[in-house]
Amino acid sequence: MERIAKSTIMDANGIRRILTRIAHEIIEKNKGTKDVVLIGIRRRGVTLAKRLQQLICEFEGVKLPMGILDITLYRDDLRTIDVQPVVQETAVPFSVQGKQVILVDDVLFTGRTARAALDATMDLGRPQRIQLAVLIDRGHRELPIRADYVGKNLPTSRRESVSVCLREADDSEEVVLMDKPGCLISWNCPLNVLQQDD
Amino acid sequence: MIWKRKHILDIESLSREEISHILHTAKPMKEVLLRPLKKLPTLRGKSVLHLFYEASTRTRTSFETAGKILGADTGSIAVAQSSVSKGESLLDTAKTLAAMQVDLVVIRHTSAGAAAFLSEHLKIGIINAGDGQHAHPTQALLDMFTLQENLGDLAGKKIVIVGDILHSRVARSNVCGLTKMGAEVTLVGPPTLLPPELKVLGARLSHVLDTELPGADAVMALRLQLERQQSGLFPSLREYSRLYGLSGQRLEKTGKKTLVLHPGPMNRGVEITSELANSHYAKIEEQVTNGVAVRMALIYLLVGGTNNVMA
Repeated sequence: MERIAKSTIMDANGIRRILTRIAHEIIEKNKGTKDVVLIGIRRRGVTLAKRLQQLICEFEGVKLPMGILDITLYRDDLRTIDVQPVVQETAVPFSVQGKQVILVDDVLFTGRTARAALDATMDLGRPQRIQLAVLIDRGHRELPIRADYVGKNLPTSRRESVSVCLREADDSEEVVLMDKPGCLISWNCPLNVLQQDD
Repeated sequence: MIWKRKHILDIESLSREEISHILHTAKPMKEVLLRPLKKLPTLRGKSVLHLFYEASTRTRTSFETAGKILGADTGSIAVAQSSVSKGESLLDTAKTLAAMQVDLVVIRHTSAGAAAFLSEHLKIGIINAGDGQHAHPTQALLDMFTLQENLGDLAGKKIVIVGDILHSRVARSNVCGLTKMGAEVTLVGPPTLLPPELKVLGARLSHVLDTELPGADAVMALRLQLERQQSGLFPSLREYSRLYGLSGQRLEKTGKKTLVLHPGPMNRGVEITSELANSHYAKIEEQVTNGVAVRMALIYLLVGGTNNVMA
Protein backbone atom coordinates (compact mmCIF):
# COMPACT_ATOMS: atom_id res chain seq x y z
CA MET A 1 0.00 0.00 0.00
CA GLU A 2 1.29 3.43 -0.69
CA ARG A 3 0.03 6.89 -0.24
CA ILE A 4 -1.41 8.62 -3.22
CA ALA A 5 -0.52 12.24 -3.75
CA LYS A 6 -3.79 14.02 -4.45
CA SER A 7 -2.65 17.56 -4.97
CA THR A 8 0.22 19.90 -4.39
CA ILE A 9 -0.90 22.56 -1.93
CA MET A 10 2.17 24.72 -2.06
CA ASP A 11 5.37 24.91 -4.09
CA ALA A 12 8.77 26.33 -3.17
CA ASN A 13 7.68 29.90 -3.90
CA GLY A 14 4.54 29.48 -1.83
CA ILE A 15 6.57 28.25 1.15
CA ARG A 16 9.03 31.12 0.78
CA ARG A 17 6.28 33.78 0.67
CA ILE A 18 4.52 32.32 3.70
CA LEU A 19 7.69 32.16 5.79
CA THR A 20 8.50 35.74 4.81
CA ARG A 21 5.05 36.82 6.02
CA ILE A 22 5.32 34.86 9.29
CA ALA A 23 8.77 36.37 9.94
CA HIS A 24 7.26 39.88 9.58
CA GLU A 25 4.30 38.94 11.78
CA ILE A 26 6.61 37.69 14.53
CA ILE A 27 8.53 40.97 14.50
CA GLU A 28 5.31 42.99 14.42
CA LYS A 29 3.49 41.11 17.16
CA ASN A 30 6.48 41.17 19.51
CA LYS A 31 7.26 44.83 18.67
CA GLY A 32 10.74 43.98 17.49
CA THR A 33 13.02 41.15 18.46
CA LYS A 34 13.72 41.88 22.12
CA ASP A 35 13.68 38.65 24.21
CA VAL A 36 12.29 36.67 21.27
CA VAL A 37 13.69 33.13 20.87
CA LEU A 38 12.82 30.43 18.33
CA ILE A 39 12.41 26.77 19.22
CA GLY A 40 11.87 24.27 16.41
CA ILE A 41 10.03 21.02 17.10
CA ARG A 42 11.78 18.03 15.55
CA ARG A 43 11.92 17.31 12.67
CA ARG A 44 10.48 19.74 10.15
CA GLY A 45 9.98 22.45 12.75
CA VAL A 46 13.74 22.73 13.16
CA THR A 47 14.27 23.45 9.46
CA LEU A 48 11.46 26.01 9.49
CA ALA A 49 12.81 27.70 12.64
CA LYS A 50 16.25 28.01 11.01
CA ARG A 51 14.70 29.68 7.97
CA LEU A 52 12.70 32.07 10.15
CA GLN A 53 15.87 32.91 12.05
CA GLN A 54 17.61 33.75 8.78
CA LEU A 55 14.70 35.82 7.42
CA ILE A 56 14.35 37.82 10.65
CA CYS A 57 18.11 38.42 10.54
CA GLU A 58 17.74 39.81 7.00
CA PHE A 59 14.89 42.14 8.00
CA GLU A 60 16.09 43.30 11.43
CA GLY A 61 19.81 42.53 11.47
CA VAL A 62 19.40 40.46 14.63
CA LYS A 63 20.15 36.78 14.86
CA LEU A 64 17.61 35.33 17.27
CA PRO A 65 18.66 32.46 19.54
CA MET A 66 17.35 29.16 18.19
CA GLY A 67 16.81 25.86 19.96
CA ILE A 68 15.72 22.34 19.07
CA LEU A 69 13.03 20.47 20.94
CA ASP A 70 12.46 16.71 20.87
CA ILE A 71 9.07 15.93 22.38
CA THR A 72 9.32 12.11 22.39
CA LEU A 73 9.64 11.84 26.17
CA TYR A 74 6.52 14.00 26.59
CA ARG A 75 4.23 12.11 24.20
CA ASP A 76 0.89 10.91 25.55
CA ASP A 77 0.76 7.83 23.34
CA LEU A 78 3.90 5.97 24.45
CA ARG A 79 1.74 3.34 26.09
CA THR A 80 -0.29 2.60 22.99
CA ILE A 81 2.00 3.30 20.03
CA ASP A 82 3.19 0.24 18.11
CA VAL A 83 6.72 1.26 17.25
CA GLN A 84 8.70 2.79 20.09
CA PRO A 85 9.83 6.25 18.97
CA VAL A 86 13.54 7.02 19.00
CA VAL A 87 14.49 9.72 21.48
CA GLN A 88 16.59 12.50 19.95
CA GLU A 89 18.45 15.28 21.65
CA THR A 90 16.83 18.47 22.87
CA ALA A 91 19.28 21.31 22.35
CA VAL A 92 18.19 24.65 23.75
CA PRO A 93 21.51 26.41 24.41
CA PHE A 94 19.96 29.41 26.20
CA SER A 95 17.67 30.06 29.15
CA VAL A 96 13.99 30.44 28.29
CA GLN A 97 13.37 32.26 31.57
CA GLY A 98 11.34 35.42 30.88
CA LYS A 99 11.65 35.01 27.09
CA GLN A 100 9.07 35.28 24.29
CA VAL A 101 9.31 31.72 23.01
CA ILE A 102 8.09 30.99 19.48
CA LEU A 103 7.52 27.25 18.98
CA VAL A 104 7.77 26.31 15.32
CA ASP A 105 6.28 23.21 13.67
CA ASP A 106 5.26 22.20 10.17
CA VAL A 107 1.67 20.95 10.57
CA LEU A 108 -0.85 21.59 13.35
CA PHE A 109 -3.31 18.69 13.50
CA THR A 110 -4.65 17.14 16.73
CA GLY A 111 -2.69 19.56 18.92
CA ARG A 112 -1.05 16.72 20.84
CA THR A 113 2.48 17.53 19.68
CA ALA A 114 1.94 21.17 20.62
CA ARG A 115 0.72 20.09 24.06
CA ALA A 116 3.85 17.95 24.53
CA ALA A 117 6.02 20.82 23.29
CA LEU A 118 4.44 23.20 25.82
CA ASP A 119 5.24 20.81 28.67
CA ALA A 120 8.75 20.21 27.38
CA THR A 121 9.38 23.98 27.14
CA MET A 122 8.04 24.63 30.65
CA ASP A 123 10.47 22.05 32.02
CA LEU A 124 13.33 24.18 30.69
CA GLY A 125 12.26 27.27 32.63
CA ARG A 126 9.45 29.82 32.86
CA PRO A 127 9.05 31.81 29.66
CA GLN A 128 7.21 35.14 29.68
CA ARG A 129 5.02 33.92 26.84
CA ILE A 130 4.88 30.97 24.43
CA GLN A 131 3.55 31.41 20.90
CA LEU A 132 3.06 28.80 18.19
CA ALA A 133 3.95 29.18 14.51
CA VAL A 134 2.95 26.54 11.94
CA LEU A 135 3.17 26.26 8.17
CA ILE A 136 -0.14 24.39 7.83
CA ASP A 137 -3.16 24.20 10.11
CA ARG A 138 -5.21 21.24 8.93
CA GLY A 139 -7.88 21.26 11.66
CA HIS A 140 -9.20 18.24 13.65
CA ARG A 141 -8.01 19.53 17.01
CA GLU A 142 -8.37 17.14 19.95
CA LEU A 143 -7.13 19.65 22.52
CA PRO A 144 -7.90 23.33 23.11
CA ILE A 145 -4.84 24.61 21.24
CA ARG A 146 -4.48 27.22 18.49
CA ALA A 147 -1.56 28.69 16.59
CA ASP A 148 -0.51 32.36 16.76
CA TYR A 149 1.01 32.34 13.27
CA VAL A 150 -0.53 30.18 10.55
CA GLY A 151 0.92 29.85 7.06
CA LYS A 152 -2.18 28.34 5.52
CA ASN A 153 -5.44 26.97 6.83
CA LEU A 154 -6.06 23.72 4.98
CA PRO A 155 -9.40 21.95 5.44
CA THR A 156 -8.72 18.20 5.29
CA SER A 157 -10.45 14.93 5.96
CA ARG A 158 -9.03 12.66 8.64
CA ARG A 159 -8.28 10.07 5.97
CA GLU A 160 -5.87 12.42 4.30
CA SER A 161 -2.40 13.37 5.41
CA VAL A 162 -0.34 16.45 4.80
CA SER A 163 3.25 15.99 3.75
CA VAL A 164 5.68 18.88 4.12
CA CYS A 165 8.87 18.38 2.13
CA LEU A 166 11.76 20.79 2.69
CA ARG A 167 14.91 20.64 0.59
CA GLU A 168 17.22 20.46 3.63
CA ALA A 169 15.81 17.04 4.52
CA ASP A 170 13.90 15.84 1.46
CA ASP A 171 14.34 15.69 -2.27
CA SER A 172 11.78 18.36 -2.98
CA GLU A 173 10.33 21.57 -1.59
CA GLU A 174 6.52 21.42 -1.47
CA VAL A 175 3.44 20.69 0.57
CA VAL A 176 1.40 17.76 -0.70
CA LEU A 177 -2.02 16.48 0.32
CA MET A 178 -2.13 12.71 0.33
CA ASP A 179 -4.64 9.92 0.69
CA LYS A 180 -3.93 7.76 3.67
CA PRO A 181 -4.70 4.09 3.13
CA GLY A 182 -3.39 3.36 6.61
CA CYS A 183 0.17 2.88 5.50
CA LEU A 184 3.15 4.90 6.62
CA ILE A 185 5.37 4.41 3.61
CA SER A 186 5.53 6.97 0.85
CA TRP A 187 7.71 7.17 -2.19
CA ASN A 188 8.07 10.88 -2.11
CA CYS A 189 9.33 11.96 1.29
CA PRO A 190 9.50 8.87 3.46
CA LEU A 191 10.99 10.61 6.48
CA ASN A 192 8.19 13.06 6.91
CA VAL A 193 5.25 10.72 6.83
CA LEU A 194 6.62 8.67 9.70
CA GLN A 195 5.70 11.62 11.82
CA GLN A 196 2.13 10.52 12.22
CA ASP A 197 1.23 13.10 14.82
CA ASP A 198 0.65 16.78 14.05
CA MET B 1 16.25 0.40 14.41
CA ILE B 2 13.15 -0.93 16.11
CA TRP B 3 13.77 -1.92 19.71
CA LYS B 4 12.17 -5.24 20.67
CA ARG B 5 14.16 -6.45 23.63
CA LYS B 6 12.54 -6.96 27.01
CA HIS B 7 15.59 -7.83 29.12
CA ILE B 8 19.21 -6.77 29.41
CA LEU B 9 21.06 -9.83 30.67
CA ASP B 10 24.55 -9.52 29.18
CA ILE B 11 26.44 -7.83 26.37
CA GLU B 12 26.95 -11.06 24.38
CA SER B 13 23.31 -11.21 23.36
CA LEU B 14 23.18 -7.58 22.17
CA SER B 15 23.95 -6.80 18.56
CA ARG B 16 26.23 -3.95 17.52
CA GLU B 17 23.14 -2.05 16.32
CA GLU B 18 21.41 -2.51 19.66
CA ILE B 19 24.47 -1.24 21.54
CA SER B 20 24.63 1.80 19.26
CA HIS B 21 20.92 2.41 19.77
CA ILE B 22 21.34 2.34 23.57
CA LEU B 23 24.30 4.74 23.45
CA HIS B 24 22.40 7.02 21.05
CA THR B 25 19.38 7.11 23.38
CA ALA B 26 21.61 7.85 26.37
CA LYS B 27 22.70 11.16 24.81
CA PRO B 28 19.36 12.98 25.12
CA MET B 29 18.95 11.38 28.55
CA LYS B 30 22.20 13.00 29.69
CA GLU B 31 20.87 16.38 28.55
CA VAL B 32 17.80 15.87 30.77
CA LEU B 33 19.97 14.74 33.69
CA LEU B 34 22.00 17.97 33.52
CA ARG B 35 18.91 20.22 33.58
CA PRO B 36 18.00 22.19 36.71
CA LEU B 37 14.54 20.57 36.55
CA LYS B 38 15.31 16.93 35.95
CA LYS B 39 11.96 15.18 35.90
CA LEU B 40 10.05 13.68 33.01
CA PRO B 41 6.47 12.43 32.76
CA THR B 42 7.52 9.61 30.39
CA LEU B 43 7.14 6.56 32.63
CA ARG B 44 4.41 7.83 34.94
CA GLY B 45 2.61 4.84 36.43
CA LYS B 46 5.41 2.36 35.74
CA SER B 47 7.34 0.78 38.58
CA VAL B 48 10.92 -0.42 38.81
CA LEU B 49 12.15 -2.56 41.70
CA HIS B 50 15.74 -3.16 42.73
CA LEU B 51 16.57 -6.54 44.15
CA PHE B 52 20.18 -6.47 45.35
CA TYR B 53 21.69 -9.57 46.92
CA GLU B 54 25.13 -7.93 46.96
CA ALA B 55 26.43 -4.65 48.34
CA SER B 56 26.28 -1.65 45.99
CA THR B 57 26.33 2.13 46.26
CA ARG B 58 26.64 3.54 42.78
CA THR B 59 24.80 0.95 40.72
CA ARG B 60 21.70 0.90 42.89
CA THR B 61 21.56 4.66 43.45
CA SER B 62 22.20 5.20 39.77
CA PHE B 63 19.31 2.95 38.76
CA GLU B 64 17.01 4.58 41.33
CA THR B 65 17.90 8.08 40.13
CA ALA B 66 17.41 7.03 36.51
CA GLY B 67 13.97 5.55 37.16
CA LYS B 68 12.85 8.57 39.19
CA ILE B 69 13.92 11.11 36.56
CA LEU B 70 11.89 9.21 33.97
CA GLY B 71 8.86 9.49 36.25
CA ALA B 72 8.65 5.81 37.27
CA ASP B 73 8.11 4.71 40.85
CA THR B 74 11.15 2.96 42.22
CA GLY B 75 11.74 0.78 45.23
CA SER B 76 14.51 -1.30 46.72
CA ILE B 77 14.52 -4.54 48.60
CA ALA B 78 17.11 -4.72 51.36
CA VAL B 79 17.71 -8.43 51.09
CA ALA B 80 19.10 -8.79 54.61
CA GLN B 81 15.82 -7.52 56.11
CA SER B 82 13.52 -9.33 53.70
CA SER B 83 11.92 -12.75 53.57
CA VAL B 84 15.12 -13.99 51.93
CA SER B 85 16.52 -14.22 55.45
CA LYS B 86 13.62 -16.57 56.26
CA GLY B 87 14.74 -18.85 53.47
CA GLU B 88 12.60 -17.69 50.55
CA SER B 89 14.03 -18.74 47.18
CA LEU B 90 15.08 -16.25 44.53
CA LEU B 91 12.26 -17.31 42.24
CA ASP B 92 9.61 -16.99 44.94
CA THR B 93 10.85 -13.53 45.92
CA ALA B 94 10.80 -12.42 42.29
CA LYS B 95 7.37 -13.96 41.67
CA THR B 96 6.04 -12.05 44.66
CA LEU B 97 7.31 -8.81 43.17
CA ALA B 98 5.86 -9.64 39.75
CA ALA B 99 2.50 -10.34 41.40
CA MET B 100 2.56 -6.77 42.71
CA GLN B 101 2.50 -5.65 39.06
CA VAL B 102 6.05 -4.36 39.01
CA ASP B 103 7.10 -3.58 35.41
CA LEU B 104 10.84 -4.06 35.68
CA VAL B 105 13.17 -5.79 38.13
CA VAL B 106 16.83 -4.80 38.39
CA ILE B 107 18.75 -7.63 40.00
CA ARG B 108 22.25 -8.09 41.38
CA HIS B 109 23.15 -11.55 42.62
CA THR B 110 26.23 -13.48 43.70
CA SER B 111 25.44 -16.34 41.31
CA ALA B 112 26.16 -16.13 37.60
CA GLY B 113 22.97 -16.62 35.59
CA ALA B 114 20.56 -15.36 38.24
CA ALA B 115 19.13 -12.65 35.98
CA ALA B 116 18.80 -15.01 33.00
CA PHE B 117 17.03 -17.53 35.24
CA LEU B 118 14.45 -14.94 36.31
CA SER B 119 13.89 -13.80 32.73
CA GLU B 120 12.94 -17.35 31.78
CA HIS B 121 10.39 -17.69 34.55
CA LEU B 122 8.79 -14.26 34.74
CA LYS B 123 6.85 -12.18 32.26
CA ILE B 124 8.25 -8.84 33.44
CA GLY B 125 11.43 -7.15 32.20
CA ILE B 126 14.75 -7.93 33.89
CA ILE B 127 17.98 -5.92 33.96
CA ASN B 128 21.12 -7.62 35.15
CA ALA B 129 23.01 -5.30 37.50
CA GLY B 130 25.79 -7.83 38.02
CA ASP B 131 25.64 -11.60 38.44
CA GLY B 132 28.59 -13.34 40.08
CA GLN B 133 31.66 -13.21 37.85
CA HIS B 134 29.56 -13.41 34.70
CA ALA B 135 28.38 -10.02 33.48
CA HIS B 136 27.72 -6.40 34.40
CA PRO B 137 26.22 -5.09 31.16
CA THR B 138 25.15 -1.64 32.36
CA GLN B 139 28.68 -0.88 33.58
CA ALA B 140 30.12 -1.87 30.22
CA LEU B 141 27.55 0.28 28.41
CA LEU B 142 28.35 3.33 30.53
CA ASP B 143 32.07 2.77 29.97
CA MET B 144 31.48 2.55 26.22
CA PHE B 145 29.35 5.72 26.36
CA THR B 146 32.12 7.57 28.23
CA LEU B 147 34.78 6.35 25.81
CA GLN B 148 32.64 7.26 22.80
CA GLU B 149 31.93 10.74 24.15
CA ASN B 150 35.65 11.38 24.58
CA LEU B 151 37.15 9.42 21.68
CA GLY B 152 34.41 9.37 19.04
CA ASP B 153 33.94 6.14 17.07
CA LEU B 154 35.44 3.23 19.01
CA ALA B 155 36.53 1.28 15.93
CA GLY B 156 40.31 0.81 15.95
CA LYS B 157 40.78 2.46 19.36
CA LYS B 158 43.25 0.82 21.68
CA ILE B 159 41.85 0.09 25.14
CA VAL B 160 43.87 -1.47 27.95
CA ILE B 161 42.09 -3.06 30.91
CA VAL B 162 44.41 -3.76 33.83
CA GLY B 163 43.96 -5.49 37.18
CA ASP B 164 42.05 -8.35 38.71
CA ILE B 165 40.54 -9.71 35.51
CA LEU B 166 39.82 -13.10 37.05
CA HIS B 167 37.14 -11.85 39.43
CA SER B 168 35.84 -9.05 37.24
CA ARG B 169 32.47 -9.22 35.53
CA VAL B 170 33.10 -5.61 34.45
CA ALA B 171 36.12 -6.77 32.41
CA ARG B 172 34.17 -9.59 30.75
CA SER B 173 31.29 -7.36 29.72
CA ASN B 174 33.64 -4.62 28.54
CA VAL B 175 35.76 -6.93 26.40
CA CYS B 176 32.63 -8.24 24.79
CA GLY B 177 31.10 -4.83 24.10
CA LEU B 178 34.27 -3.02 23.07
CA THR B 179 35.33 -5.71 20.59
CA LYS B 180 31.81 -5.67 19.13
CA MET B 181 32.25 -1.94 18.52
CA GLY B 182 35.55 -2.62 16.79
CA ALA B 183 38.00 -1.56 19.50
CA GLU B 184 41.24 -3.43 20.20
CA VAL B 185 41.21 -4.60 23.80
CA THR B 186 44.23 -5.77 25.79
CA LEU B 187 43.79 -7.36 29.19
CA VAL B 188 46.74 -6.98 31.57
CA GLY B 189 47.29 -8.65 34.93
CA PRO B 190 49.46 -11.10 36.86
CA PRO B 191 49.16 -14.69 35.59
CA THR B 192 47.10 -15.71 38.62
CA LEU B 193 44.50 -13.01 37.91
CA LEU B 194 44.37 -13.38 34.12
CA PRO B 195 42.61 -16.54 32.97
CA PRO B 196 43.90 -17.57 29.48
CA GLU B 197 40.35 -18.52 28.40
CA LEU B 198 39.50 -14.84 28.00
CA LYS B 199 41.27 -14.93 24.65
CA VAL B 200 38.08 -16.51 23.37
CA LEU B 201 36.29 -13.17 23.83
CA GLY B 202 38.65 -11.56 21.35
CA ALA B 203 41.06 -9.70 23.64
CA ARG B 204 44.85 -9.79 23.70
CA LEU B 205 46.39 -10.89 26.98
CA SER B 206 49.57 -9.60 28.60
CA HIS B 207 51.34 -9.75 31.92
CA VAL B 208 53.41 -6.60 31.51
CA LEU B 209 51.62 -3.26 31.74
CA ASP B 210 54.49 -1.03 30.59
CA THR B 211 54.82 -2.70 27.18
CA GLU B 212 51.08 -2.36 26.49
CA LEU B 213 50.75 1.33 27.29
CA PRO B 214 52.33 2.93 24.18
CA GLY B 215 49.54 4.11 21.88
CA ALA B 216 46.69 3.32 24.28
CA ASP B 217 43.67 5.61 23.89
CA ALA B 218 42.24 4.63 27.26
CA VAL B 219 43.29 2.62 30.27
CA MET B 220 40.72 1.10 32.56
CA ALA B 221 41.93 0.17 36.04
CA LEU B 222 39.91 -2.46 37.86
CA ARG B 223 39.45 -2.67 41.58
CA LEU B 224 41.80 -5.13 43.20
CA GLN B 225 39.40 -7.26 45.19
CA LEU B 226 41.31 -6.92 48.45
CA GLU B 227 39.10 -9.42 50.22
CA ARG B 228 40.78 -12.07 48.06
CA GLN B 229 44.32 -11.06 48.90
CA GLN B 230 44.58 -13.78 51.55
CA SER B 231 44.19 -16.52 48.98
CA GLY B 232 47.77 -16.11 47.78
CA LEU B 233 47.05 -14.97 44.23
CA PHE B 234 49.88 -12.43 44.39
CA PRO B 235 52.75 -11.91 46.83
CA SER B 236 52.10 -8.44 48.22
CA LEU B 237 50.04 -5.33 47.63
CA ARG B 238 53.21 -3.28 47.24
CA GLU B 239 54.52 -5.49 44.49
CA TYR B 240 51.16 -5.51 42.76
CA SER B 241 50.95 -1.76 42.90
CA ARG B 242 54.49 -1.40 41.54
CA LEU B 243 53.80 -3.67 38.56
CA TYR B 244 50.16 -2.92 37.74
CA GLY B 245 49.25 0.30 39.55
CA LEU B 246 48.47 3.33 37.37
CA SER B 247 50.29 6.58 38.04
CA GLY B 248 50.72 9.84 36.17
CA GLN B 249 54.32 8.94 35.42
CA ARG B 250 53.42 5.56 34.02
CA LEU B 251 50.63 7.02 31.93
CA GLU B 252 53.14 9.22 30.07
CA LYS B 253 54.36 6.05 28.35
CA THR B 254 51.26 6.03 26.18
CA GLY B 255 52.65 9.02 24.29
CA LYS B 256 49.22 10.63 23.94
CA LYS B 257 46.39 12.10 25.97
CA THR B 258 45.07 8.87 27.41
CA LEU B 259 41.81 8.59 29.30
CA VAL B 260 41.73 6.82 32.64
CA LEU B 261 38.62 4.94 33.69
CA HIS B 262 37.79 3.06 36.86
CA PRO B 263 34.44 1.43 37.61
CA GLY B 264 34.79 2.18 41.34
CA PRO B 265 35.07 1.75 44.23
CA MET B 266 38.77 2.66 44.10
CA ASN B 267 41.63 1.47 46.29
CA ARG B 268 43.64 4.67 46.08
CA GLY B 269 47.35 3.90 46.17
CA VAL B 270 46.89 0.32 44.98
CA GLU B 271 45.58 0.09 41.42
CA ILE B 272 45.63 3.87 40.87
CA THR B 273 47.47 6.72 42.58
CA SER B 274 45.40 9.38 44.27
CA GLU B 275 47.11 12.06 42.20
CA LEU B 276 46.10 10.40 38.92
CA ALA B 277 42.55 9.68 40.10
CA ASN B 278 42.11 13.40 40.81
CA SER B 279 43.70 14.58 37.56
CA HIS B 280 41.86 15.68 34.44
CA TYR B 281 42.87 12.44 32.70
CA ALA B 282 40.55 10.52 34.99
CA LYS B 283 36.94 10.32 33.79
CA ILE B 284 35.77 8.49 36.89
CA GLU B 285 33.09 10.99 37.95
CA GLU B 286 31.98 11.40 34.36
CA GLN B 287 31.47 7.62 34.31
CA VAL B 288 29.10 7.95 37.26
CA THR B 289 27.08 10.73 35.57
CA ASN B 290 26.97 8.76 32.34
CA GLY B 291 25.84 5.71 34.30
CA VAL B 292 22.58 7.45 35.17
CA ALA B 293 22.06 8.52 31.54
CA VAL B 294 22.71 5.02 30.17
CA ARG B 295 20.37 3.45 32.73
CA MET B 296 17.68 6.00 31.86
CA ALA B 297 18.05 4.93 28.24
CA LEU B 298 17.75 1.25 29.17
CA ILE B 299 14.70 1.71 31.39
CA TYR B 300 13.02 3.82 28.69
CA LEU B 301 13.79 1.24 26.01
CA LEU B 302 12.56 -1.70 28.11
CA VAL B 303 9.35 -0.30 29.58
CA GLY B 304 8.65 2.83 27.52
CA GLY B 305 6.95 0.98 24.66
CA THR B 306 4.25 -1.60 24.27
CA ASN B 307 5.93 -3.94 21.90
CA ASN B 308 8.93 -5.36 23.74
CA VAL B 309 8.70 -9.07 23.08
CA MET B 310 12.19 -10.43 22.59
CA ALA B 311 14.12 -12.03 25.43
